[in-house]
Parts: sequence; structure tokens; C-alpha cells
Amino acid sequence: MNAVITDAELEQHGVTRDEYARIVGILGREPNRTELGIFSVMWSEHCSYKSSRVHLRRLPTEGPAVLQGPGENAGIIDIGDGLAVAFKIESHNHPSYIEPFQGAATGVGGILRDIFTMGARPIAAMNSLRFGPLHGDLGGPNRRILEGVVGGIAHYGNCFGVPTVGGEVGFAECYSQNPLVNAFALGVFEKDRIFFGKAAGVGNPVIYVGAKTGRDGIHGATMASAGFGEDAGAKRPNVQIGDPFMEKLLLEACLDAMEKGLVVGIQDMGAAGLTCSSCEMGARAGTGITLELDAVPQRESGMTPYEIMLSESQERMLLVASASRADALFDVFRKWGLDAAQVGEVTGDGLLRVRLSGESVAEVPNGPLADEAPLYERPAVPPSKPRIDGWLPLYSFLDGAPGSTYESFREADANPGAADYDALMLRAVASPNLASRRWIWEQYDHMVQSSTVVGPGSDAAVVRIKGTGKALAMVLDGPSVHVARNPREGARKAVAEACRNLVCSGARPVAATNCLNFGNPEHPEVMWQFGEVVDGLAEACSVFGTPITGGNVSFYNETFREDIYPTPVLGLVGLIEDLSLVTTASFRDEGDAVVLIEPGSRVEHIDLEEERALQNLLATLIRDGLIRSAHDLSEGGLAVAAAESCFSTLHRRPVGARLHVPSRLEVCRDLFGEFPTRVLVSTRQPGALIERAARAGLLGHRLGAVGGQRLVLEYEGVRAVDLDIADLERVWADALPGALNGRPLFD
Amino acid sequence: MKFGVVVFPGVNCDRDCRDAVTAVTGQPVEFIWHQETSVEGFDALVLPGGFSYGDYLRPGAIARFSPVMAAIGAFARRGGLVIGICNGFQMLTEAGLLPGALLKNAGTKYVCRYLHLRAESSETPFTCAMEKGRLLHMPIGHGDGNYQADRETLGRLEDADRIAFRYVDGDGRATAEANPNGSVSNIAGIVNEGRNVMGMMPHPDRSFDRILGSEDGRLVFQSMIGALSRV
Amino acid sequence: MKVTVIVTLKPTVLDPQGNAIQRNLETAGISGVTDVRQGKYFEVEVSDAVGASERRVLIERLARDVLTNPVIESYRIEWE
Repeated sequence: MNAVITDAELEQHGVTRDEYARIVGILGREPNRTELGIFSVMWSEHCSYKSSRVHLRRLPTEGPAVLQGPGENAGIIDIGDGLAVAFKIESHNHPSYIEPFQGAATGVGGILRDIFTMGARPIAAMNSLRFGPLHGDLGGPNRRILEGVVGGIAHYGNCFGVPTVGGEVGFAECYSQNPLVNAFALGVFEKDRIFFGKAAGVGNPVIYVGAKTGRDGIHGATMASAGFGEDAGAKRPNVQIGDPFMEKLLLEACLDAMEKGLVVGIQDMGAAGLTCSSCEMGARAGTGITLELDAVPQRESGMTPYEIMLSESQERMLLVASASRADALFDVFRKWGLDAAQVGEVTGDGLLRVRLSGESVAEVPNGPLADEAPLYERPAVPPSKPRIDGWLPLYSFLDGAPGSTYESFREADANPGAADYDALMLRAVASPNLASRRWIWEQYDHMVQSSTVVGPGSDAAVVRIKGTGKALAMVLDGPSVHVARNPREGARKAVAEACRNLVCSGARPVAATNCLNFGNPEHPEVMWQFGEVVDGLAEACSVFGTPITGGNVSFYNETFREDIYPTPVLGLVGLIEDLSLVTTASFRDEGDAVVLIEPGSRVEHIDLEEERALQNLLATLIRDGLIRSAHDLSEGGLAVAAAESCFSTLHRRPVGARLHVPSRLEVCRDLFGEFPTRVLVSTRQPGALIERAARAGLLGHRLGAVGGQRLVLEYEGVRAVDLDIADLERVWADALPGALNGRPLFD
Repeated sequence: MKFGVVVFPGVNCDRDCRDAVTAVTGQPVEFIWHQETSVEGFDALVLPGGFSYGDYLRPGAIARFSPVMAAIGAFARRGGLVIGICNGFQMLTEAGLLPGALLKNAGTKYVCRYLHLRAESSETPFTCAMEKGRLLHMPIGHGDGNYQADRETLGRLEDADRIAFRYVDGDGRATAEANPNGSVSNIAGIVNEGRNVMGMMPHPDRSFDRILGSEDGRLVFQSMIGALSRV
Repeated sequence: MKVTVIVTLKPTVLDPQGNAIQRNLETAGISGVTDVRQGKYFEVEVSDAVGASERRVLIERLARDVLTNPVIESYRIEWE
């Protein structure tokens, strides 16, 4: 059992000398290699949050609706009627770079397991994706990564049977060698039937169910805790293969077993596999677990204890059952055709004991292993100059756009009087960050479970809750350019925009989850960004009353020493009290008046009190039946928002609008500029609406009306934009497929 | 009248089918596990969509060996109503209860979208509540919906008025652009010779409520109730 | 001339497809099969105008760079 651990081995495991000393202190002796492996994965950045925990403590995590905050598999909120909602977002960035299809697929699989492990049936999924530009030198590889990632998400979600109802996709240079794949899932259940990952009850059997254990993904957690250098190819044998059919069987079998009262505790084997699930379940219950590795179902022969403990084979669960009802539990799994085996027992001594062929191969105390990972307060230093400067944040959609589009807007912004706004409008809707995502979301089954009220493409997705008159709205938001320019301000904007999206769809924001994608935490600027983002999120979430109930931190998103933009992705969930309140971004009928609601001043900085006033106003206007459509103004400003509201829907062809754009700054910025706290609505009672806006301290501009076949935007008496709406929609719709075929409309 | 929704491992529209049939017909609906050897007592069977056995070999290829399939075959031969939706359609072709086969979509990708169908016959128990030529707004969601059959089979389907639905554009024309998956002759659904077994790729079980975008799917289940009550 | 390329998952890579088929063979009345691995089979027709050595290079490239995902798959070429 004794071995001398060398410096090279420590480095290989990503364990520092100080951390090693701590391990020796906990054990009271030198660890063997299996034990070192166990500590290395549990204390990896990915599992232990050792660089981020000191900051994450500042996030608001409590509120009247919160039933479960961070620390469990997913956060849980109370939505009334005896029902609860579990939801979470998680990253799978590194695996998706190594093998886009399987990396993204297993990312979806992991987040779905997090939800149904708690007893909730997943009813919706979303994803937030970032890729490098589709044009230029790396255009080819970036296109292949995108196609692989989208294919993998579709493969897994479609087969599992969860509707992928929304999400967001962004493009920027810094994601070229480091795509981001953040997967979100949400499930509903009765609030008195929540299951936790606790190994309670000394003497209870520990049961393994699902796929057999292979050598896949060994060191996935440590991989996610290091950047990519030249040797990304060499890391490839780590790839895990997802099996959505197996996961679907696990879902039905686990929910069946829970329904029958056969489950005491349950946790999925995700990152760090059997190690993480057993020691965390023991630590939460204050118990020990003995594992007999001979009993673990194995796919390959000759696996070592080290490999079995660290394998990240997918679609596996660890359960604790009461000793007297284990047979009934095995019957349920047999019915669903799943392999299940008793692999151990809950003990009273707090130790994780691992045995093979009757011999002890590892013995580690659960509590310190799970909870006493080192905590780092890494140095944080603001960069000497902001990463993004100048005018770009006014037109953030231009990041990742082809050079000629970027130049067209740069010239127009410098010399607004001379620009061709029809041409700019076409370029804007064809730019990668604004083009229609239909090519992507048509590959996702977004209707299975027959509850999708508003699918992909609107401000927020809306899913009804069967058996009630209510619905849930959900959205993902990660305005990375704004965060890169000013992390704290960008984070505030992210929360504000996500809440605004929910309010536009008729919902009241309830709670949030976040995925914090950052560069190398050993770079002081990255830790500064991280701290700033956490403070921005904390402030805005407090203002909007949306506590953060969980999420995930992904560090080391860097390639060739270049860090990605700080990219927090916010997932917001809101409640729609009555299905009649559901509102979409699309204009409805000819003749409806179009109104822009905004604060008194049009500035880049967001004022959270103004934002709250706007959201409160909009919520009451929707409740009082004054609103026909509502659309948040975001990337591409007023002009793009108006075009999006005109585009075709399930129920109608594209419709035009004739709008007069109020002159506040100058024409390019007033049309396409991005300023916070603005919504575009349509109504039949513009007078009453504008009056109520004024009473709330906001401006309501009556811009014009819906109608005709052209989108006309007038500015100071001149028709700045005058385009056939069907033509504009075609350009918007064809841009992404064109770019993916290597035939962009503009380059 | 009692409806049965057959549950194979990996199908994922079983609950949707139950909810749709319940909402539209108000009749009792029960799940039938794939290990059952009898479908005694049921008046109509629904084979739901999804990915039975992961669809890893060919869609529907393994499901046809399930014990319940023999019972379903006998039920169909006795004239019982069987509707296969999406993966259910694939199972029925694999089991030989319907002719032809469903290949990978011509575009090679999974496609989920609303589109238009045209009812090609009102002379089936699944379409008798619609007039011939009626347009329906219904979603599809599949990767393998490309219906193909040999010339002879197609001739028989045409001659015997056994094509239930075609994919059409918003004006009711069966154009190439309106065809989402490359199906021969834009075929979206067919019935067997006895007209009591239908397979269709589009989802009436996802279009039974206006809040979901369309309620045209109700017509399929209303037709079945109408046909059953005339027996 | 006709060349066959067979692409299979590397032995250590999980094959959900093969597993699902193998696990359910009993329902088809086939017992005794202990493992199934699913792969892909390509029939490739090469113009006779292409010389023998050039053909080797071309088919190797096709198999390695196009038909195979080297992360998870390996290939085998059968020359006729």
C-alpha cells in the first residue's frame, strides 16, 4: 500500500506540494497512488471550487421561494400548488473542444442527471454556446466545432425526450480554440418529494446502477482544470461517449423507484465518478462508505482501483436503499433492463473505504476529502487597460462579424450622415451574432412533452406546467463583450437583460443559476474579472429579487496563453401565473401602435432602479391587457428589434411597420446602438400606455404602426431604412446556413 | 372505449399520446408495457414516438421483436385500430404491418418544425372527420422520416386510396420545398390494406391544444372516436 | 476499382449502439451472443485512370481524414 510519490506524479495530478502536505496531514501518513488520485480529483478546481469559493460566498442565495440553494445537484424553488422546480446550468467546455459531438452530448446528459437525481422529471433544456468566427483562417475548424456541438446536443436531448426550448449562441475571436458549451435543464416535481445525495442509515446497501465502468474520461475533472496547449490532441483518450437511451431508462427507473419509496439517497456519477458520488454522499450524511470494487460492473478487463475510482463513464448512478427494501429496488431496475449491483455499505465511521479482492486499497475520511479542499484567495489585479475599448460595445453584435461588416459600421458611426442604412440593416441581420438560429434549433426537438408554448427564437422560452394554468419562462443570457469591457457593469447588465426577457414574456423573475466561464485563475487579471463579475451579479440579483440557487464555475478557458472573455452566463427562471399572460416579441395585427419605452437618458451605463421601474411597468401593462407584443432591445438596438418583431411566426407571414425613430444622439447610434433598459411594445391603447410610462418616470415614444410589407424607419424626416420585410427576413434566415456552407452573404 | 398506448424502452411521446387522447376523446387511456403478451380489452392502440432502444440499429428495428408486437399484429389482423406516430410508424413498417420503409432524412439532419399536411383521403378511420383536401398545421420531429417504397407498392397505395397525408406548402401544393425529409411523393402517412392501421410521421399528439400552436391534431383522434362509435 | 473501408469504434470506446442491440437480442430469440460492436462500411469506387500508388494514398487519406473520427474510431481498408 505504500509508495513514494514523486514530484512528477504530483504535477501529473495537478497537486501542489502544499496540497500534498495537507493530504498527509489529513491521513496522518503518505497516501498511496489510488488515494492521491482520489484527492486530486476531489480537490481539482472543477470539483472543489478552490479558487472561486471565497468570491461565490458573496452571491445572494436565499429568498422566500428558494427550497434548495447551492451545494446540491441542483437548486430548487417553490412555484406554488405544492410544486417545485429544480434547475441548473453547467459547463462542458473542455470536452467539447476535444470532441465536439460527444463533449456536448455528455454535457447535456450530465445536467439532465443532476435534475432527475433530485426526483424531478426534466421538462425543458436550453444551452448557451460560444464559438470562434465562422469566417477567416479558423473558419473551417470553427464551423466543424459548431456542427459537432449542435449535433451532439440534438442527439442526446432528442433521444432522451426533453425539449430543447431555447438558448443563445455567440461568436468572438477568443472562443476559436475554446468553445463554450453551457447546458441548462429544468424539472418539475412535488415539493415534498425531493431527493438528496445523502448516504444515510448505517448498514444500508450502496447500489450502483446504469452503464458499466470503462476507462473513459479518467482525469476529466483535472482536464477541466487546466488550459489547452499544443497537446490537446494527446488528451483525446479521455473522451466519454454518451448513451441517451441508457439515460432515458435511468430516468424512468429512478423516478419509478422514488415514487415507490425505495430510495434513501441518490447521486449521479459525473465529474470524478465513483469517488465524488460516494465521498460527497457520505460527507453530507456524516457517514462512511465501504466500496467493494469487485462488485462494480466493468466494461473492460484488468482495471485498477485507481481507474475504477476515477473513471468518468457516463450514465451511472449511486443509490442508497434501506436494507429491507433493496430487493424491490433491484426489481425496478430489472424491469427497465438496467444493470444494478450492490457495491458497498453505509458505515458509521466517516471513512471512505475502498477494497479489492478483500484487501484495502484506499481509506480516506469523507468529510475532509469533500469539504476541506484548499481555499485560495488568488491575487487579483485590474488589467492596465480594458480589454474592449472604444465604440464596439455600442454595437456588440459586430464582435465576430466579418471585417467588411465591422468596417461598414465603424465608418457609419464616425460619419453617420453619409451611411447607407438599408445596406447596414442587411449586414446587421446577417451578422453571425444576430442571424437567425433556425438552422440550429430545428435540429433540436423543442416540442416533445407537448408543453412548449413559446419555443426557440423569442425573448424567453415558455413551457406550461400540465395540470395547472401556469407556465414557466426561462432564458439564458451572457453579454460577453459588455462583460469584457467592464466586468461588474456587464454582469449587472446580464442579470437585468435576463429579467427583462422574462418580464417581456409575461413572467415574474423568481431565481437564477449561473455558469461562470473564465480564463486562467492564476492570471491576476482573470481573478479580478471574476471578483468584479460576482459583485455585479450579487448587486443586480439582490435588486431584482432573484437569488442564485446554483451553477458552476469553469476556469482555465484559454488556449495558447490567451484567456477567453470573462463570460458569465445567467439562467433566469420566471413564473407566469396564467397562460393568458404569455406575450411574445412578434407584432400581431396591422394597425397596432408601436411604442418604445426607455429611461430619460440614453447612456451606456445601466441604472438598476430605472430598470426595475421599467420591468414593473411592463409587468403591470401586460397584466392589465395593454400589451400585444413586447421585445427587449438588445444586440443591434432599435432597428434590429423592430425587424425581429416583424419577422414571420407560426401563425402569420412577415408583416411590415412604419416607424419614426426619435432623434436623441445621432442616426447610427439611435438605430443600431445598444443601450440598456429599453423595450419595444405594440398596443391598441398607445395613449394610456404612454401616460402610465410617464407616471413610472419613463418615456414612451409612439413610433408608428404595424402594417404593410415594408419595414420603414424614418429619422428626422428621412427614410433611413426602407426594405421589403420578406427580403430582409430571407437575408436573416439564410445567413447562418450560408456561413456554415462557407458561402457567407458578406465577407 | 379504451385506448392503449404501447410503451417500449426509449419511446418518449407515450405521455404526450396519453394526454392528447385523454384531452380530445375523454376516453380511458392505459399504458401497455412492451413485455405484455395480450392487448385484450383495448379498442384502439397508439404506438408513440421516440427512440425505442435508442434507434441504434434502425428506427423501430428492435421494438418489433417485443412480445407485445405479436399481440398487436393479431389485434390488427382482427381489424383493431392501430395508429403509429413517428417512431410508431417506423415500428409498423419494420414489423411488416405497413409497407415501405423510413430512411434517414434527405437533409441527413433531425428536423423539428411546424408544417402543413393535406388529408388525401377521408375514407380511413383516422381521417374520417376531415374532408379530403383539408389542410392541417402540425409539427414533425424526426431524423428518419424519409418514406420510400418500390414503384409497385406506391401504385397500390395510390390506387387503393391508402395515402392518408402528404406534406404540402401553405397553399396546399405538394412541392419539393414543402417536403421536409425527401419522402417519395411527399407522403407523410399511409394506411394498410384493411385501412385499420395507420402510420404517420407528423405529431397529432403535439398539436391538440391552441396554446401549443395548433389543434389540428385533434381531428385524427376525433376521427378514431367517430369510427369506433360507428362499429 | 472498388475498395471497402470499414470503420469501427476503438476497442476501449463505449459502443451504446452495439450494447443496445446485444442486450435485446434475447427478444428476437437469439441467445449466446456476448458482444456486438457496431461500425460503418463504405464501398468506394475509384476511377481506373488513377494509378495504383496514387490510389493507395488517396484511399488512405479518405479513410483517415474523412471517414474516420480519429478520436474514437479506427479503420481498416480492404483492397479487392
